[in-house]
Amino acid sequence: MINKNFFFKGYRSIFTHDSPAIALTCCFIAIGALFKNLGFNIQESIFSTVLTYALPGSLVMAESMLIGASLLNIFLAVWFVNARLYPMAVSLFPLMMHKSQPKWKYYFSCHFIAVSAWLIMKSNYKKIPKEYRIDYWIGIGSATVSVSVIGTFIGFSFSEYLNKDMMMGLAILNPVYFLCMMVGASKTIPVALSVLLGTILGPIIYLFSPEWSILLAGVIGGTIAYLVGEHSVS
Amino acid sequence: MSANIVYAILVTSLATFLSRFLGALTSEGIKETSKLFKWFNCLAYATLAALIARTIIFPAGVLVDASYSSRFLVVLLSLVVFFISKKNFVYPTIFSAICMAILNNYI
Repeated sequence: MINKNFFFKGYRSIFTHDSPAIALTCCFIAIGALFKNLGFNIQESIFSTVLTYALPGSLVMAESMLIGASLLNIFLAVWFVNARLYPMAVSLFPLMMHKSQPKWKYYFSCHFIAVSAWLIMKSNYKKIPKEYRIDYWIGIGSATVSVSVIGTFIGFSFSEYLNKDMMMGLAILNPVYFLCMMVGASKTIPVALSVLLGTILGPIIYLFSPEWSILLAGVIGGTIAYLVGEHSVS
Repeated sequence: MSANIVYAILVTSLATFLSRFLGALTSEGIKETSKLFKWFNCLAYATLAALIARTIIFPAGVLVDASYSSRFLVVLLSLVVFFISKKNFVYPTIFSAICMAILNNYI
């Protein structure tokens, strides 16, 4: 089954000095408060956090519900905004694949693909033997989901005490945290260039095509960065 | 639970899981040393960077009410804190929340 040592090693990884736990909790506090304002009850709020476990997707769902969008519209809007999870999965799972591990672990744990868990795994995978990386990953994912549920619960319970300034503070925290993590991860030319080009192209393309901006910026920026990286190696 | 909310949650989680599952499924045949893997790695970082930049410049939710200048200033100052604190992730994150809440009253 799951190797307990590596599972708990992964679980503990979010309690380090530069852990994403605080940022993640604060972001889900904001989501919990938003859910309450939308008319969700506590069970629905936690159900949503556990099942979706992706901040932009939850925000899109909330906004779509506010304007009375159909289920098909919600599906398409969330799919577009969360399509980034596909390249994230493809760029992570080959690092964890091992023939001794059953496939269900990979199919089950793909649910944990999200920016925080992905960046933690990307920074630490080399320290873990390949055979046990999937157990370590399940540990990271379980920890980040636990923290998200706690944040949702706090946000839902204390939503009436959160004024607009506090909500804004909580909302900016997430992109700032991810930005710092991305800058910290930019240690090679292709990665640094990918981050730089994605940052520049994302908002520019948004002006012409809001729905496709993230995907197009990712494909164009990432491909240029990859080609430059390959050229610099050769 | 209200049926409409439950359906919305289920549809949202299905749309989210689809990308994750397809990613896990197609990555089976990809080696970590292959060019395809390196390309997808660049794609993932660029996509995330685009998402973060879009969230800051064209935000959704409560951040819409914060001015561009306050958002830029918070991000800029947080990056300064990030480098001063020897690339610690927690200090700039907490700083950004406090700074945003304060600046929103003045800018």
